[in-house]
Amino acid sequence: MLRALLLTFCVVAIAHAELCKPDAQNAFKVRISIKTALGDNAYAWDASEEYLFKAMVAFAMRRYSSKSTTQISNVLLCNVTDRVSFWFVVTDSSKNVTTVPGSEVEAAIRMNRNRINSAFLLSDKTLQFLKITSTLSPPVEPSTPAWLIVFGVVLCLIVAGIVFLVVSGIQNRKKKNKDSAERENLEEKVEVTVTVENGIPCEALDLKAGHINGVFAADDERFTSL
Amino acid sequence: KAMEKSRPLWDNPLQFVFACISYAVGLGNVWRFPYLCQMYGGGGFLIPYLIMLIAEGMPLLYLELAVGQRMRQGSIGAWKIISPYLCGVGVASVVVSFFLSMYYNVINAWAFWYLFHSFQDPLPWATCPLNSNHTGYEEECEKTSSTQYFWYRQTLNISPSLETSGSVQWEQALCLTLAWLVVYLCILRGTASTGKVVYITASLPYCVLIIYLIRGLTLHGAVNGLIYMFTPKLEQLSNPKTWISAATQIFFSLGLGFGSLIAFASYNESSNNCERHAIIVSLINSTTSIFASIVTFSIYGFKATFNYESCINKVILLLLNAFDLEEGSLTADNLNEMKEYLMATYPQEYAQLAPQIKNCSLEAELDTAVQGTGLAFIVYSEAIKNMEVPQLYSVLYFFMLLMLGIGSMLGNTAAILTPLTDSRVIAARFPKEVISGVVCFINCVIGLIFTMEAGNYWFDIFNDYAATLSLLLIVLVETIAVCYIYGIRRFEKDLYTMIGRKPNWYWKIMWAFVSPLLIISLFIFYITDYILTGTLQYQAWDATQGQLVTKDYPGYALAVIGLLVAASTMCIPLGALVTFIRKRLKREKVSTV
Repeated sequence: MLRALLLTFCVVAIAHAELCKPDAQNAFKVRISIKTALGDNAYAWDASEEYLFKAMVAFAMRRYSSKSTTQISNVLLCNVTDRVSFWFVVTDSSKNVTTVPGSEVEAAIRMNRNRINSAFLLSDKTLQFLKITSTLSPPVEPSTPAWLIVFGVVLCLIVAGIVFLVVSGIQNRKKKNKDSAERENLEEKVEVTVTVENGIPCEALDLKAGHINGVFAADDERFTSL
Repeated sequence: KAMEKSRPLWDNPLQFVFACISYAVGLGNVWRFPYLCQMYGGGGFLIPYLIMLIAEGMPLLYLELAVGQRMRQGSIGAWKIISPYLCGVGVASVVVSFFLSMYYNVINAWAFWYLFHSFQDPLPWATCPLNSNHTGYEEECEKTSSTQYFWYRQTLNISPSLETSGSVQWEQALCLTLAWLVVYLCILRGTASTGKVVYITASLPYCVLIIYLIRGLTLHGAVNGLIYMFTPKLEQLSNPKTWISAATQIFFSLGLGFGSLIAFASYNESSNNCERHAIIVSLINSTTSIFASIVTFSIYGFKATFNYESCINKVILLLLNAFDLEEGSLTADNLNEMKEYLMATYPQEYAQLAPQIKNCSLEAELDTAVQGTGLAFIVYSEAIKNMEVPQLYSVLYFFMLLMLGIGSMLGNTAAILTPLTDSRVIAARFPKEVISGVVCFINCVIGLIFTMEAGNYWFDIFNDYAATLSLLLIVLVETIAVCYIYGIRRFEKDLYTMIGRKPNWYWKIMWAFVSPLLIISLFIFYITDYILTGTLQYQAWDATQGQLVTKDYPGYALAVIGLLVAASTMCIPLGALVTFIRKRLKREKVSTV
């Protein structure tokens, strides 16, 4: 009895070793960078963490295929290094000694990537599944780009300033024209009164009727010639 | 009976000084001087720079300010008064200013674009955008960096060469329109509005530079940049290019020959002490250049150190992953020893890995000297994205660029508008607002060329060729005209009437001999340089490789370059010829009567 048990145990162990080795079919390499992610709060990678990892992968497989047959014992880990990196495969519980196709595992992990990451307090960059590309989150895009809003505000302010200056310039000019027109009218009135105040209106003076006084006419004789 | 409309004046001399500072201190102080410092000997470059300032900068600045203040007219009117045959010099100045204002405001449009995009978290140039199926980043962005991608693809949407023009980018066109509206708002009322605006455009950049100085000096790795900059490499002093670059930088940094300084000085009172102002403005301009390069080099040091440490971390990660070593066993300190150990223990795997392991070098990172738009928009934004609270620093920085650019634009537009408003033909029919509006509108429409996909290549053409040779010629003719045609004794008397003091022997020697000789030698150097290099080439962005490649200019681009240079330089002899013909015709008319 005991020997049979030992024999099955050896067979299973060898089978597992066959299934899970670097670059095996349907096996994936995982690389974890705890110290980069958590710094001083980093936890050590030990057997309990490995158990959690196996549980998360089993959970992902269950969520994906929605048949509750994948057990923690179906997930095999091997070649754990100091880095921390290791390989894992998922065996099929229904058929013995076969692995679940890589595409299924990949799809399952992709679907539940967030849950797996948060279980370990890591991110896509620090918990890397080397052959599984992660879907990068698209940037948050508001309906109107932010720069257009700022542009609109500045544009309105500048246009308002220009309109204000132009309009006040036109008003100033109209006022100046009105002022100078009024001043001209005033000056004309003053001139008209001046010409009348003398008693003799200038228009009445008839230049033709006047006489030229000879005493003051001969200017050239007053000055000695050069 | 009609009253002479009195010339508008600055409210006080401080406005005039601020206007000159705002005009002279521009983008060149921030993005060209640090590059020159780095290329030509670090701290040692200050020696030729200061010598050229004394030999060339201060005398020529004083000359232009004195001419403007004495003649009280824009550039065309002022040179006509000095000698009627020199009206071509004024026209050439206006043409060069026109070319400059066409392309210079595009820089303000870019500054607006980056400013508006700074109000986002995270900054858009901090990360690459995702590709169409969200599995990775955009291919072009992967090959280059996210800041370069943002500049070349998302801002400029640059085409692979000059020939493929592409279409007008509506976002850039909007920003350009806004930039022109801002300029119009500032020059709308002439000196009344410009005088108030220059208080802000002159002083704000200094506030931002001080904030950046404090932030820059406290950044990790800033000291590396400063040490690199200030260790003088005195052997560069024997390189003639050092002296030529110093002379060129002083010359173009002060903005001589555009007519802006004459325009600003023409709004002065006659008794304004322009000698003192000339010295103040040129000293402040040079001090700002040195100050800005301290800031730039601390930013360089930070960026270089950051890149160096990222490079080392990448190598460490590569080795950790390849050899499955424990995290934390490889650090920057033991990297070299561990590399040798691994090479010895696993020679085959290490040899396979060897091409991917880069040799990270801090010197190499610091050596990448950049100037121009590359420095302002790529290097700085890369440094900003790695700071804490990057949005604040980004907003401050691009607002400062905007102030510097608008300050220079005010001077450029003043150079164009002052002769227009001085001429009675135009000023009598149209009010000042309409003339300014028309000039801004024409410039904006032509400026749309620079918002096309190939627009940056045309920008480089204008930036390199529109003003360089023409200005040298214009200033040479100006100096010779004042010293030998107008007469230095007459000029002395004018200065005595204005300031109350005759210029001493330093000014006279510089004006009569040293400055013209320097300009002639610069001129000869540039011409021989153009002839010797043969075909002119430009840097085009190759999207497939993610870097710049050199290409030859096509025929029509060379024709445009030739036209740009000819349009302004030919004005000088043409002006003399036209005046000569006019005088001849008048004399004939008089004699026949």
